[in-house]
Amino acid sequence: MPRPGFVLEVDRSTPPVLTWHGEGFRLERLPAGRSRVIYAPEPLEPLDDPDQAVRDALLSPLGDSAPLPELLFPRMRLTIAFDDISLPLPPMRRPDNRQRVIEAVLDMAAAAGVDDVVLICALALHRRMTEAELRHAVGDRVYDAFAPHGLLLQHDAEDPDGLVHLGKTDQGEDVEISKRAAESDLLVYVNINLVAMDGGHKSVATGLASYRSLRHHHNVRTMLHSRSFMDQERSELHSSNWRMGRLIAASGVRVFQIETTLNNDTFPEQMAFLQKREWEWTARDRAMYLATTKGLSVTPPRVARSIFQSIKAPHAMTSVHAGEVEAVHRATTEMIYRQQMVHVEGQTDIVILGLPHLSPYNVNSIMNPVLVVCMGLGYLFNMYRGKPLVRAGGVVILSHPTPWAFHPVHHPSYIDFFEEVLADTTDPLQIEKTYEQRFATDEWYRHLYRTSHAYHGVHPFYMWYWAAHAFDHIGRAIIVGGEPRAVRRLGLSPASSLDDALEMATDTVGREPTISHLHLPPIMLADVH
Amino acid sequence: MRALQVDRSVTRFAAARLASGWRAGAGGRVGALRLVDVEPPELPGPGWQTLRPRLSGICGSDLATLDGRSSRWFEPVVSFPFVPGHEVVADAEDGRRVVLEPVLHCALRGIDPPCGPCAEGRTNHCERLVAGHLQPGLQTGYCADTGGGWSLALVAHDRQLHEVPDGWSDEAAVMVEPTACAVHGALAAPRPESDVAAVVIGAGTLGLATIAALHHLRPDIASVLAVAKHPEQRRLARELGAATVVEPGDLRRAVRRASGSWILDNGQLTGGAPLVFDCVGTAASIADALAVAAPGATVVLLGMPGHVGIDLTGLWQREVRLAGAYAYGPEPAAGGRHSFELSLEVVDAAGLERLVSATYPLDRHADAVEHAANAGRRGAVKVAFDMRREKRR
Repeated sequence: MPRPGFVLEVDRSTPPVLTWHGEGFRLERLPAGRSRVIYAPEPLEPLDDPDQAVRDALLSPLGDSAPLPELLFPRMRLTIAFDDISLPLPPMRRPDNRQRVIEAVLDMAAAAGVDDVVLICALALHRRMTEAELRHAVGDRVYDAFAPHGLLLQHDAEDPDGLVHLGKTDQGEDVEISKRAAESDLLVYVNINLVAMDGGHKSVATGLASYRSLRHHHNVRTMLHSRSFMDQERSELHSSNWRMGRLIAASGVRVFQIETTLNNDTFPEQMAFLQKREWEWTARDRAMYLATTKGLSVTPPRVARSIFQSIKAPHAMTSVHAGEVEAVHRATTEMIYRQQMVHVEGQTDIVILGLPHLSPYNVNSIMNPVLVVCMGLGYLFNMYRGKPLVRAGGVVILSHPTPWAFHPVHHPSYIDFFEEVLADTTDPLQIEKTYEQRFATDEWYRHLYRTSHAYHGVHPFYMWYWAAHAFDHIGRAIIVGGEPRAVRRLGLSPASSLDDALEMATDTVGREPTISHLHLPPIMLADVH
Repeated sequence: MRALQVDRSVTRFAAARLASGWRAGAGGRVGALRLVDVEPPELPGPGWQTLRPRLSGICGSDLATLDGRSSRWFEPVVSFPFVPGHEVVADAEDGRRVVLEPVLHCALRGIDPPCGPCAEGRTNHCERLVAGHLQPGLQTGYCADTGGGWSLALVAHDRQLHEVPDGWSDEAAVMVEPTACAVHGALAAPRPESDVAAVVIGAGTLGLATIAALHHLRPDIASVLAVAKHPEQRRLARELGAATVVEPGDLRRAVRRASGSWILDNGQLTGGAPLVFDCVGTAASIADALAVAAPGATVVLLGMPGHVGIDLTGLWQREVRLAGAYAYGPEPAAGGRHSFELSLEVVDAAGLERLVSATYPLDRHADAVEHAANAGRRGAVKVAFDMRREKRR
């Protein structure tokens, strides 16, 4: 029976706490008597037979949906959309959930005599996946059956001939999505739901949408009104996607939603100590920690990056639900909460977040400074329900090397965003007003997004907006161990050590501040009362 | 009188070249420049008078000479020994405070009739720099007969003198000559064919003065994108009117952003800026200038280049015009007004006296030269010799 999440009050006997620092980690000792460490629940038990569970879900759908075989018929147009490289984190060992589900759907489609089937990677404004990445996600059998015939597509949010405008919501939001998906007799969407924000109507309304449509909820106002965007009841991001999803359904697009969840078993056996509570480390865990940190200290950053990027998580499927979008998503969300929710009493003056090497947007890539902000002040800051872990006006301390480094193929507009936009202002509203349109319509970025493996020109803006709520809420953000020049460009304060950062924080929150340390990874959702 | 003098010494020039490879400006210590006591230069003829320098700047071309890196192009048009210093504010015999226009053209050399360019007023194009009653020398500061600004006295023709307006500081006045060069370069470029920013590469004295000149004299240029290596240069570039200031490594991406062009796999842009002003004059800066020049653009070289090795394929394929801009003269683009006259306006309007960062007495010439050669990284712009205190001794 996995243990639930746990909040440890730090005292003099508490051992140093593992803190992620990019492609590495540190043991940090926290002040006794006013610090707490929040540990995630242990990994849930996986499904005994995930393939059977998938078939069962397709045959016993939730909500008012008929079983999948009843929705399939000869000469129909079937489109299967699936999540892109940003999920899960880290990428999971084969077989990927997407492969299991897509193979099951295709088996049923074949049995029903369906021969017009197209697969679409629902990447929204993310980068196109490489062949190796696609093979990993959908499996070699599916890839070889579809890709050579041009039937495995990657969504193109800039293809004027490949999009269709379905109308506007009652809030005036344009809904424009993939034409193939919209004009199919059935659209099956295959999700991997890593966090509470994923899935539901967001799958189609975001994953298969255009910039014209996305801009209605990927903006500063939405982020400031999503408290947090991981809490569906209080997320304007969620509400906007739901309005769009309902309009998509009302337009006659039939969506059969399939959502899968994973447990938080994040690291292979030899790195299992990373997920353990420090006082439970065995002699072997301590030896592995010492050997790993020693090895990493003499490893060039580029090599360390490629070692960490090669990690495949032993995530295992814990649930699969299929059918009507909202019913499916309710069941999925419950499973995610079971795996990730930790009950926490009250806020603290400071929250410490050790950032790993990975975010949704640098799989097989570089975690550039903009993504550091997105990961720390965007995603992790928003991993709460109720209230943020840190009080209003408090301090967030991030730990990450934050190199002034970018992947030139994946993140071309990030480079310009960092060099030009952030050199001018770090204010999300000002950035949105002054620069977004130019980057979003830049022909070169558009070309690279459509033909290479580049994120869309507007993508770094969204990463910055993700942090808008944090910028609005906190008094100061400090990065420990970051490249000072890069940290200052981000508008944050660099500190050489956690002790320095805590000392600097006293300027904002006073002496003897209370501290929360989110023990990452695995990811968790703090339910703050 | 005391003067800093450059002798013809192959050994010393070679030593300077060697030493400057280790540290820029080291030629001032081991090269051909010496502090000497010499007789003041004699007046070459009617119309000439003796000037008593107050301030005299150290120019990039001076530094190239002292570090033994000057092109051999100049060998026939200089005469040894010479006293450097062509950026001069001085007291004239008639009591006026003047700045010197140093080009030694036909009229000053007693050549009558003058050469074709001089007859048209384009004295910077003079074809008789080695003739007449003066020894060879393209400017005061490179001619054995006239002396130069790095001394207590030089001779100058009345036609070389521009009176300093009342109320001006000597620091403002010493900026007039380099700013006149910038004015000439800024006005040498044609009307831009697009509203993409004009690029100014380099933010030393010439670069900053060019930014100021463009800001004040070229309303047809929508904005200026400046390339500056050092923090103080970036601050000044912004103050003087550059809308965007980037570090050298960021230039191509910045021009791409401004022009909306693409970057191809080898790093070259598909479009670029309609006007580029290179105020550095190295192979790297010229290559950068050509790399960011749009098809049909004009690249103006203000910085003295010397020997450079660059790939001109892009210039050929994109029909880019490469134009030199040397010295000053009547400016057709400004209704024939002279660069010096316009320079006085720009120096005043832009407050360019702030660019004078440090002054040195003559006997600290080695420190002065080293400071000037490393001005950017030391947070300085213009370094000058100060003879005002020397005169009181």
